[in-house]
Amino acid sequence: MEALIHQVVAGLATGGIYASLALALVMIYQATHLVNFAQGEMAMFSTYLAWTLIDAGMPYWAAFALTIGISFLMGILIERIVIRPVENAPVLAVVTVFIGLLVILNSVAGWIYTYTIKSFPSPFPPGMALGRFMSPHEVGAIGVTLLVLAALWVFFRFTPLGLAMRAAAQNPASSRLVGIRVGWMLALGWGLAAAIGAVAGMMVAPIVYLDPNMMAGVLLYAFAAALLGGIDSPMGAVIGGFVVGVLENLLGAFVIGNELKLSMALVLIIGVLLVRPSGFFGKVHVTRV
Amino acid sequence: MLLEAKSLRAGYGETQVLHGMDFAIAQGSITALLGANGAGKTTTLRALCAMVKTSGEIRFEGNRIDGRATEDIARLGVAHVPDGRGTFLHLSAEENLRLGAYTRKDRAAVEDDLERMLGYFPVLRERRRQQAGTLSGGEQQMLAVSRALMLRPKLMLLDEPSFGLAPRLVHELFGILRDIRSREKVSMMLVEQNAALALELADQAYLIETGRIVMAGTAEALKRDDSIRKSYLGY
Repeated sequence: MEALIHQVVAGLATGGIYASLALALVMIYQATHLVNFAQGEMAMFSTYLAWTLIDAGMPYWAAFALTIGISFLMGILIERIVIRPVENAPVLAVVTVFIGLLVILNSVAGWIYTYTIKSFPSPFPPGMALGRFMSPHEVGAIGVTLLVLAALWVFFRFTPLGLAMRAAAQNPASSRLVGIRVGWMLALGWGLAAAIGAVAGMMVAPIVYLDPNMMAGVLLYAFAAALLGGIDSPMGAVIGGFVVGVLENLLGAFVIGNELKLSMALVLIIGVLLVRPSGFFGKVHVTRV
Repeated sequence: MLLEAKSLRAGYGETQVLHGMDFAIAQGSITALLGANGAGKTTTLRALCAMVKTSGEIRFEGNRIDGRATEDIARLGVAHVPDGRGTFLHLSAEENLRLGAYTRKDRAAVEDDLERMLGYFPVLRERRRQQAGTLSGGEQQMLAVSRALMLRPKLMLLDEPSFGLAPRLVHELFGILRDIRSREKVSMMLVEQNAALALELADQAYLIETGRIVMAGTAEALKRDDSIRKSYLGY
C-alpha cells in the first residue's frame, strides 16, 4: 500500500512536468495547428542555460528567473527567424523545420556541453519533506507546476493581451480588423511556450539528469498527455499530463516494468488516435451558419 | 473628405476584380455601394483595409493608407464589419465586443461603450456569456456591428449587414444604424444587395458594375434614376 501511494505521488510530480510541456505543445498547436517536435529540445537547451548560470555561481532562483526570461526571448526569436518564413508553407515543410530545429538544438547542446550526463540541483532542501511519501523535490515540482498553470490561466482568461492571443490563434483575419498584430501574438505564443518548457526542463532535470537527450522521453509523455486531453484543450493537456505521469509510474512499478514504460506512451498515443482522436476534453465546437 | 480613393485596383491572385475606381466618403456621411453579385462591392471594402492585393491611392483624413497593414488601418479608426460577420466563434459574445476595443487605452470609456452596445442590442445582453458560435445569424450580425463600434471608429465599413436577417430584424438593424449615425460621429460605407434599403439610409451612393463605377450621386438622385429603378429597385 505504501509503495502504491509513493508511486502515485511520484507520478503526480513527473505528471506536472508532462502537463507543463503538454501545455506548451497545445499553445503552439492552437496557433499553428502543428505539433512542435522541437519543444523538448528547446526546454533541454534552457535547462543547460540554467546549469551554466548556477555553475557560474548564481543563486538558484535568480538563475531560474533569468533562464525563463532568456527562454522567452529565444522562443520569440525562433518564431521570427525560423518559423515566420514558412508560415504559409505546406504542412510537411513546417514539420521538417521543427525536426531540423530539434536536431540542431540537440547537436549544438552536445557540442557545447558534451553528452556526459550532469547532475542538476533541486532548489528544494531535503528538510522540506511533507510526510514520508513525498520527497521535497516532488512537492516543490508539483507546487511550481501548479503556480505556472494558475498564472497562465489568469493571463489568458483575464488580461486583454491574453484575450488577443486567443483571438489571433482562432481567427487571424478578424483579429487584424480589430487592430491586433497577429504576427506578434504568434511570436509571443512561442515565447510563452519556450518559457513554460524551461520551467518543465528545470523541474525534471534533477530527476532524469542533464544530458542533450534528456527530453526525448519527456516529450513523448507530454505528447501522449496532450493527445489524451485533446490537443486543442489546455485544461485537457494539464489533466492528461497528471494522468500520464501516474499511469507511467504505476504501470512501470507494478505491471510492465521500467523497460517498457516509454512504449506505454506510444501505445497511449496510438490508442487515443484510433479510439478518440479529439481526446477526452477536445472541445466540440458549435457553429451556426 | 474623410476618405478618398483614386484609380483603386484590386484582385485575388491573377484575377483582377477592381479596374480603377475613384470615390470619396464625406465626413459624417453614409455612402452606399450598390451593384449586382460579383460586381466588386466586397472587394472594394477589402481593398480599403488592405485585405487584398491593391494598387492605386487611398487617403484617409488626407494621409495615404494604401500599402499599410490591415491592423494599422484599424488603429487609425477604420472598423470593418466583414462579409461573413467575422465572429470569434469560440469566444463569448462579451469577449467578442471587448476585442473590438482592443486598441483603445481608455478603459473606463470602454466599459461605458460595452453597456451602450448592450443597450442598442438587448439580445446581446442575454447572450453575453454564451459562446458566440452558438448565436443565430442575426445575433452574430448585431455582434459584428457592435464589435466594430467598440473601436469608436471614424469610418465604419459595413458589408451586407442585412444578409441572412429576417425582414423584421433588417428593419430593426437599419433603424439602429440610423440612430447610431445621429448619435455618434461615425461615417459609414455601406455595401448592400438590397438597394432600396441602402438608398433609404445613405446620403451618397455609387453604383458599380464589374469593378468600375458606372454611376455616382446623391441617394435621392439615384433613387429617381430610371435604370437604377428598373435594375436594382424593381419597380
